[in-house]
Amino acid sequence: MGALGAGIAALGAGIGVGLIGSKATESIARQPEASGDIRTAMIITAALVEGAALFAIVVGLLANG
Amino acid sequence: MRIAISGLICLLVLVGGLSAQAGHDGHDHDGHDHPVEKDSGAHGEEATYDPVSTIMHHIADANEFHLFGEVSIPLPVILYAPGHGFTTGLSSMFHHGATAVDGYVMNHGRVNRIADASFPEGHVDLEGEGHHFVHESEDGESAYVMAGGKQYMLDKPSTLDGGLMGGGITSFYDFSITKNVLTMMLAALLLFIIFGRVSSAYKKRGDNAPSGLQGFLEPVFVFIRDEVARPMIGEKHYERFLPFIMSIFFFILVCNLLGLIPFFPGSSNVTGNIGVTMVLAFLVFLVTNFSGNKHYWEHTLWMPGVPWWVKLFVLTPVEVLGLVIKPVSLMIRLFANITAGHIIILSLIGLIFVFGNNGASVGGAATGAVVGGLFTAFMNLIELLVAFLQAFIFAMLSASYIGAAVEDHDHHDEDHATDHHHGGAYAEKVAHH
Repeated sequence: MGALGAGIAALGAGIGVGLIGSKATESIARQPEASGDIRTAMIITAALVEGAALFAIVVGLLANG
Repeated sequence: MRIAISGLICLLVLVGGLSAQAGHDGHDHDGHDHPVEKDSGAHGEEATYDPVSTIMHHIADANEFHLFGEVSIPLPVILYAPGHGFTTGLSSMFHHGATAVDGYVMNHGRVNRIADASFPEGHVDLEGEGHHFVHESEDGESAYVMAGGKQYMLDKPSTLDGGLMGGGITSFYDFSITKNVLTMMLAALLLFIIFGRVSSAYKKRGDNAPSGLQGFLEPVFVFIRDEVARPMIGEKHYERFLPFIMSIFFFILVCNLLGLIPFFPGSSNVTGNIGVTMVLAFLVFLVTNFSGNKHYWEHTLWMPGVPWWVKLFVLTPVEVLGLVIKPVSLMIRLFANITAGHIIILSLIGLIFVFGNNGASVGGAATGAVVGGLFTAFMNLIELLVAFLQAFIFAMLSASYIGAAVEDHDHHDEDHATDHHHGGAYAEKVAHH
């Protein structure tokens, strides 16, 4: 069950990070001079999304342990 | 070429360490076998390979620093149990688990206590074969040792991550210099040496162009100052918090990088230990809340411009919870990222033993070594990125929490505008110096 939960969490995080990446590359293409700011915002948001997935993974570990 | 050779050496050392370890950890949890039957020696052929327990053993803290095969560095052990007093010594006094000292035994490199008060004090030889002196009960839930023909139940292990990985609350306190503590001391020492040299270089060279180590670290330092601390905390206050942000960043970075080295000075999972990340996050919590100004507390406890019932029932409870959730998310993020990285690499190395049927199939092991080795090299590169990224994220989010606490709300927008416009100009000015 833990593995199944981790898989579903990875799915959600994948969608989230994919959206962030697509929008970030889009905005960099529109406005290359703002790429530095966009990159910073992108990394922070990606870390937040990933954090949610990792919460789920920790819960998965606990469920298995 | 040199990288390829050192990569190969790393791989060999890892494989060597794991193969010696596989025998140690070769017990299954299906509970059908009798405890004694599943405990075989390090080279026993009937031992089955259990990837989960091997991985959990490798990412956990330990009271000795395992090098390879039978060789490990003994570490100081400082134990305290209420009503029992202190027990000190080197971890070698346990003879890898064969001897119990004052009711403490070593299990998987970790000191455990025998809860039974009737267990004799002093050095007691335990009954067992090969390397297994701690037996697991039928259900795999608890462990016991045999001495003088009697069974004595073991307490749960003591460290916090042990509790998270399925341990529990125990009856003693472990203040030992464990593997993780030793690595943290090493990281601190490394940072003292590196930054001592860099600062003396600045004193000696004055305004001349940086060179050597100084030139290597200056871009990192300037990056954290100009891209993390200044925009996040604000022009007015950032210098006050710069030392804290820098210390957090470089400590996490060095610990992450040490964790990626698969042999002696590295290999311990420091930032993947929830106790370590908890302390780091707690420091951020303290710094944020003790430096919070009037506006911060007003916005947290009684947000202006919002109807009172929204504040009372929604906003204030959420904001107060947020005070705790922010550092908790810092703690979990770092812990889970680094632990996940270690688990993936250990799983890939574990493929060798899964495919090789723990020594029975040489062809399978070779396939596992090729596949697992290549994927491990790939994962290590990703982990190198993650090591930097997580240190950066931790520093960045800490800076943004601190920034939210010290922000001047009166000229909020102006501050941000000047930050962005002057950032580039300031960096140029620094470069000219």
